[in-house]
Amino acid sequence: MQKFVGVDYYNIEDLLSEEEILVRDSVRKFIDDNVIPVIEKHYQDGTFPMDLIPKLGELGVFGMTLPQKYGCAEMNNVAYGLAMQELERGDSGVRSFASVQSALVMYPIFTFGSDDQKEKWLPQLAAGQKIGCFGLTEPDYGSNPGGMVTKAVKTEGGYILNGAKMWITNGTLADIAVVWAKLDGVVKGFLVEKGTEGFSAPEMKGKHSLRASVTSELILQDVFIPEENLLPKSDGLKSALMCLNQARYGIAWGVTGSMMACYDSALNYAKSRVQFSKPIAAYQLTQDKLVYILTEITKAQLLNYRLAVLKDQKKVKHTHISMAKRNNCEKALEIARIAREILGANGILDEYPVMRHSANLESVKTYEGTHEMHTLILGEDITGFASFDS
Amino acid sequence: MKIAVCVSHVPDTAAKISVGSDGKSIDPSGVTYVLNPYDEFAIEEALKIKDAQGGEVVAISVGTDANKETLRKALAMGADSAVLLKEDKDRDSIGIAKALAEEIKAQDAKLVFFGKQSVDFDNSITGQVTAELLDYNCVTVVVDLQINGEKVTAEREIEGGREIVETSLPLVITAQKGLNEPRYASLKGIMQAKKKTIEEKTPSPYENMIELVAMKRPPAKQPGKILGEDSSAVPELVRLLREEAKVI
Repeated sequence: MQKFVGVDYYNIEDLLSEEEILVRDSVRKFIDDNVIPVIEKHYQDGTFPMDLIPKLGELGVFGMTLPQKYGCAEMNNVAYGLAMQELERGDSGVRSFASVQSALVMYPIFTFGSDDQKEKWLPQLAAGQKIGCFGLTEPDYGSNPGGMVTKAVKTEGGYILNGAKMWITNGTLADIAVVWAKLDGVVKGFLVEKGTEGFSAPEMKGKHSLRASVTSELILQDVFIPEENLLPKSDGLKSALMCLNQARYGIAWGVTGSMMACYDSALNYAKSRVQFSKPIAAYQLTQDKLVYILTEITKAQLLNYRLAVLKDQKKVKHTHISMAKRNNCEKALEIARIAREILGANGILDEYPVMRHSANLESVKTYEGTHEMHTLILGEDITGFASFDS
Repeated sequence: MKIAVCVSHVPDTAAKISVGSDGKSIDPSGVTYVLNPYDEFAIEEALKIKDAQGGEVVAISVGTDANKETLRKALAMGADSAVLLKEDKDRDSIGIAKALAEEIKAQDAKLVFFGKQSVDFDNSITGQVTAELLDYNCVTVVVDLQINGEKVTAEREIEGGREIVETSLPLVITAQKGLNEPRYASLKGIMQAKKKTIEEKTPSPYENMIELVAMKRPPAKQPGKILGEDSSAVPELVRLLREEAKVI
């Protein structure tokens, strides 16, 4: 296979700083060396490439925007986005792992945690020595997390948690779960450590998507959580939603990596696949598809870059993030399907990445806020009318 | 001990190269430049020695401001300092070696690493000439290296085998693929590199001894011939290999 050289029709690289380019290239090479050669097998086997975790820690992608004193790189949001893009060019499951570890575990500990919690957990999570997961969604509460039934009750020296969470990336692997539960009606974050009595995290099997990623249930039956494991600054559902904003930001960039992998594969295939008398790239119908894909990638890149700048300037609104997540996921899935068509029957084989990306993106389009929910979030923002009870 | 690594800034091997309008240079539009891949082995080896035995690694490059990108990568991988020997015109290999030798002397580095060649012009000469100018020992195309005090054992690739040589410092090594697994520039390393400055110096003037007259693309590959599909085609194949291709 030809080496991936990136997709940059609009010279967006000119907008990047020297270190942002270095980050992108370093993660790109890491993915080429460590993910591309093994991912198809892991996907077929339904396993996560566990040996990647310490290596990704060493590379420094976990919690990469957090301060250096916790062992993190303290980079800006452009670099963070570019890293997510390259990870997801490898596989959405690999990017999901990093997103959960960074945006949904390290970020809430950093933002809502005590100094002791930060010092205890962040350096180990950054190094990939410990794995985290995030429990918000429940079997009956997906788009409507505020309806959650998981409950915490105050008891001597801590809390008793009861409830169940579902669709939890990394759940079975996790040493620490950030679990959201209602305490006297107010949503709070709790750190639930692996092995705590009454807590289990069975893996969910039978997925047709994100197969190189571990997805689990979290079951909490009279689980005692000591006082020091409450995230003291978490306060209401908005705290959990702040975490999701971080993750959605990473997804907007991440799926752009999937688009690039599909485009690269489809373009190379179209140029070499001869039907009738010429390569299929020479036919107008194929060119139309390729041009559409490249244009959508370029638009997503520009959306991402501007979003990153807004985020670095602390001017970003959650609705800005919704727009990028909504658009890019939809386009990424569409692009993966078009790329699969260009590859014809070959597109369904694991010799090419397009079907894997296509199947992954089915999940990515609906997780972290469905396409529909992001539409309604934006709809409310521009009209002033909420079409759902928040 | 100070260890010098000489790095070169070259077109990405995956880049599509076309000849510029002057007919003697590469058209740089759309071409990304990277740290010469063989130099990655050189940097890694220098860093490994530093990690094991202590010391300081300085990365040196001859060229324009664009080379700073490559020096920055060397810093991000873990080099302690970097020097750009600023030269806006293209120097021939001897000229590059002269600039490097001057700087290595100034740095008082007794151990010097190069990649075995730069993938742009492929002359495979700069390391050797630099060693000669410095009067250092030199081992090229090295795939294994052991340094114990002044004593050095190096394994080098030769046609069809390996050669093990013993030598001593001061020394120039040119690195071949297989010498090590170059580390990735970690994100923390990249942030630390941002704080390090790249020192700029002007090398002594030099007049090229070699003039690049023209650059041409290799002739287009001729289409292949299919002589038949079974063993009956073998005699004709042998005849053509002998008489037309003249390879047997």
